[in-house]
Amino acid sequence: MKRQLTEHQKYLDKLKKDKAIVIFFRIAILVIFLAVWELLADLKVIDSFLFSSPSRVLVTLFNLHSSGELYSHIFTTIFETLAGFFIASILGVLIAVVLWWSEKLRKIFEPYIVVLNSLPKIALGPMIIIWFGAGMKAIIFMAVIITVIVTIINMLSGFIETDENKILLLKSMGATKSQIFLKLVLPSALPTMISTLKINVGMSWIGSIMGEYLVSKRGLGYLIVYGGQVFKLDLVMASTVVLCVLAAIMYLVVSIVERTLIKWK
Amino acid sequence: MNKILTLENVTLSYQTKTSETKAVSNLNFSVSEGEFVAMIGPSGCGKTSILSLIAGLIKPSSGKITMFGSEVIEPSKRTGYMLQKDHLFPWRNIENNVFLPLEIKKNKTEENLAYSKGLIEKYGLREFSKYYPKQLSGGMRQRVALIRTLSQKPDILLLDEPFSALDYQTRLSVCDDVYKIIKSEKKTAILVTHDISEAISLADTVLVLSKRPATILDSCEMDIDKSLTPLKRREHPAFSKWFEKLWKELNL
Ligand SMILES: Nc1ncnc2c1ncn2[C@@H]1O[C@H](COP(=O)(O)OP(=O)(O)OP(=O)(O)O)[C@@H](O)[C@H]1O
Ligand SMILES: [Mg+2]
Repeated sequence: MKRQLTEHQKYLDKLKKDKAIVIFFRIAILVIFLAVWELLADLKVIDSFLFSSPSRVLVTLFNLHSSGELYSHIFTTIFETLAGFFIASILGVLIAVVLWWSEKLRKIFEPYIVVLNSLPKIALGPMIIIWFGAGMKAIIFMAVIITVIVTIINMLSGFIETDENKILLLKSMGATKSQIFLKLVLPSALPTMISTLKINVGMSWIGSIMGEYLVSKRGLGYLIVYGGQVFKLDLVMASTVVLCVLAAIMYLVVSIVERTLIKWK
Repeated sequence: MNKILTLENVTLSYQTKTSETKAVSNLNFSVSEGEFVAMIGPSGCGKTSILSLIAGLIKPSSGKITMFGSEVIEPSKRTGYMLQKDHLFPWRNIENNVFLPLEIKKNKTEENLAYSKGLIEKYGLREFSKYYPKQLSGGMRQRVALIRTLSQKPDILLLDEPFSALDYQTRLSVCDDVYKIIKSEKKTAILVTHDISEAISLADTVLVLSKRPATILDSCEMDIDKSLTPLKRREHPAFSKWFEKLWKELNL
């Protein structure tokens, strides 16, 4: 018994050690990267006017923070991204449900979905600006249209993959189509839904930033474009860093949702 | 004895774009209350199709299926279908898997829940009722699948090769378990299998099916002592006699 316990203890220790190693290297890579970047800029190996440097990024961030400007940009972009994310995810899942429900509709709409999926959505930019004006509405629409098609395709294939025999089993119990959907198809597509949401996080960021590139007077995408135009690479880098942090936070939230939803795995 | 299920001249053809497949042809048989019927037949002969017909999942091309005096046209409350695999839902724990038919039929009453919990307890799965299917062995899962089928209190059980996913040892013991459960709940059962010894050891009557399209070649009453468990029946002298006879009929 005692020996077993120590063996288990050893196993746990090993797990802990492995995890520590992974975390150590994760941080080390970042620190080394930043240090080398800073060093190269200080030693003037790279032109910090073109490549910026960690210290200059920090200074820029601090200035944006003290002028209060940073937060209005962040909130604008977060709002657009979240709006795009939620509208597209909900709409996409609903459309997928309808297409799962009716095989006819699915067949009718298949070519449209395929074409819309391969179309580079930015091509619609000029039209979107004309229809929705050069404001937030156009940006959200851009985020939605980029995200929604992928959502439909992923969710529909998740729904369709449901085990035929399990459907048969429910039918033999006298289940209606809506019961089959709610008790079987939806829960078995839950992992697909989570992975779709994870993809959508990225997609809606792409949509909102792309939208801000096209139109807008505010937001992180705007800051990046503006910074590029006036050759303030510090500003571009600083905005990119903020974007990275925000995307990571949003991904983390989805992961937490995943862990609470899928306990049975 | 009281005939509760009758098939008269039942024929079934599957239609596909390129062809028509005749799966069942001119099937006639009936089942008495409390009887255990086993159907054996070569692979692909139409065994699953026959169960699906009885379950009301598909309609015969011609002929008539009567259960408790009325024609079968849709899935009935009185049949419980157990498929080849356990098909437990991995996101539901054991208890909630067992309750599934009650939810579907919207009769999750106190009484029915108590009955289902009673079955779980009686057949040795109470400790596991909060476990998820992944945490159970194949034999246990198969028992859960049977209890799930029983929870809706069906009068007729349709069993489609319920042991085929199990290894030989487990199969023998689960076979015994399942037989005990079916007999103690006094259910009528129709079992489909391609395993001759399984059919002989479990059934009162063995129906031998032809190659596709399935029709009945022979119907044999098993004269082995009914008080023996399936495992014990395998050692009975009559067992090998039946095995030889059925084996010949199948390989004709
Ligand atoms: N949905 C379907 N559409 C078209 N043909 C089908 C369908 N289901 C079964 N068949 C055909 O009907 C025949 C009988 O199939 P069935 O599944 O009833 O056989 P089985 O005896 O249960 O076979 P197995 O021993 O492999 O389980 C097969 O030839 C099969 O190809
Ligand atoms: Mg079959």
